[in-house]
Amino acid sequence: MQKKRIVLTFPPSLVGQPITYHLVKDYDLMLNILRATVTPNEQGRLVVELSGQRKQLDDGIAYLKALGVEVQSLAQDIKWHEEKCTHCTACIPACPTHALSVDRTTMEVSFSKEQCIACELCISVCPYRALEVLI
Amino acid sequence: MPKTIQEINEKIKSGKAVVVTAEEIIDIVHKKGAKRAAAEVDVVTTGTFGPMCSSGAYFNLGHTKPRIKIGGGTCTLNDVPCYTGLAAVDIFIGATALPDNDPRNAVFPGAFKYGGGHVIEDLVAGKSVRLKATAYGTNCYPRRELDTWISLKDMNEAVLFNPRNCYQNYNVAVNLSDKVIYTYMGRLQPRLGNANYCSAGQLSPLLNDPYYKTIGIGTRIFLGGGEGYIVWNGTQHNPSVKRGDNGVPRAGAGTLAVIGDLKQMSPAWLKGASFTGYGCTLTVGIGIPIPLLNEEIAQYTAVRDEDIYAPVVDYSKGYPELIPGAIAEVSYAQLKSGFITIEGKKIPTGGISSYSKAREIARLLKERILAGRFLLTQPVAPLPSVESGITFKTLNERPVKPK
Repeated sequence: MQKKRIVLTFPPSLVGQPITYHLVKDYDLMLNILRATVTPNEQGRLVVELSGQRKQLDDGIAYLKALGVEVQSLAQDIKWHEEKCTHCTACIPACPTHALSVDRTTMEVSFSKEQCIACELCISVCPYRALEVLI
Repeated sequence: MPKTIQEINEKIKSGKAVVVTAEEIIDIVHKKGAKRAAAEVDVVTTGTFGPMCSSGAYFNLGHTKPRIKIGGGTCTLNDVPCYTGLAAVDIFIGATALPDNDPRNAVFPGAFKYGGGHVIEDLVAGKSVRLKATAYGTNCYPRRELDTWISLKDMNEAVLFNPRNCYQNYNVAVNLSDKVIYTYMGRLQPRLGNANYCSAGQLSPLLNDPYYKTIGIGTRIFLGGGEGYIVWNGTQHNPSVKRGDNGVPRAGAGTLAVIGDLKQMSPAWLKGASFTGYGCTLTVGIGIPIPLLNEEIAQYTAVRDEDIYAPVVDYSKGYPELIPGAIAEVSYAQLKSGFITIEGKKIPTGGISSYSKAREIARLLKERILAGRFLLTQPVAPLPSVESGITFKTLNERPVKPK
């Protein structure tokens, strides 16, 4: 069993199709939608966590790519620029998954990529623009 | 036995001074008592690092050939407008100034990517900025336009001059409404979604000297990484607020006006900041040494986060509508734990002022004093304290009749 967090960008032509259904039904993947913006006739964006057997994960992603869905790894999505961070902790209440957290002894902020779901809620909260969306 | 600043300076010069930070003194006073602490420790160093909007810098640019009189004309640095109502080539830039073409909040919430605070940070980092000026031309100053690159080393004087810094305590900001709001205290989620605070608490300079018994006009300080001085009380200085039994104000109270040579300072301790939906500002690092002249002062410096209370204020209505009153009072120990509880609800907290940077400033100032590179000064005049009766007025608007 493996997990993969990915960002899917759908061209307008695919927004009307039940693609996630096929991922579940045909590839036996568990699908956890972390964030979604889908508007008919426009581009759709889906941030998902896929879990399943290694082969089925690879096949599922190959299926998406073949359809014309752009697949990006989520791990690269948010970058914390440590050198810009002042450790003020303004981002802490904004982060729903505690990917941004504070060591209460040193009062220093750290960022855990693994916990980040790229919700982007922290981006506009940082006065020093130390958090950046990489796309 | 009481000490004098002169005696402490002699000890600093001979490398015998005992210097500790405002965190370290807490345990010393707790274990040994204030009397012994005052006898054994000479100086306590404090620190704070937070956005301080009433900040800015003035510059003498040097005269051009032929001469230009920017005074009464216009001037920008990296497109950020400067104040020109001074002599020919003296200009002032404020931390919150924005380029004329910044969209501001036209599409809400605005990003406020670059403003006066960022210009100051860039200059301190040694970068060149674009200086543009226009003038009306006179017999003695014939030139009308200027467009050039300039850096700090090109200027005659570059002086950081902040009319209000170093607030003694501050509000904790929350949002009681049903909509997200964007404030200078950060983004506040609806229905008490988060609570943001802005003070270094037990490390903050004026919370360690609540009645301004050692910090006064003329006090030498750590400012933006260099050295500076307190030149006056800050604007909105309000010593008459409610205080605890320990003398510590339970709301925003005293403030400081500070000055220092920008050329000595560092971008690590002067940082441009952008508050989404609100504007630009400058985050300033300040450290102030407190001489332990006697037992009473030692006792003040032992103040702990759990003994310092801040009012929780609603920024959706209470603050903008200038309605006095706080929803609750919480201690900095609670705020720094990551959660406070109001009306039975557990609310996550966020800082606007950096405690870890405040700690670093207190440590740096301690090192400078121990190395004999920083001597203390005797204030030349005190800051107005409780007995001054000074209070903070709101503006009484008087109707203007159309002519």
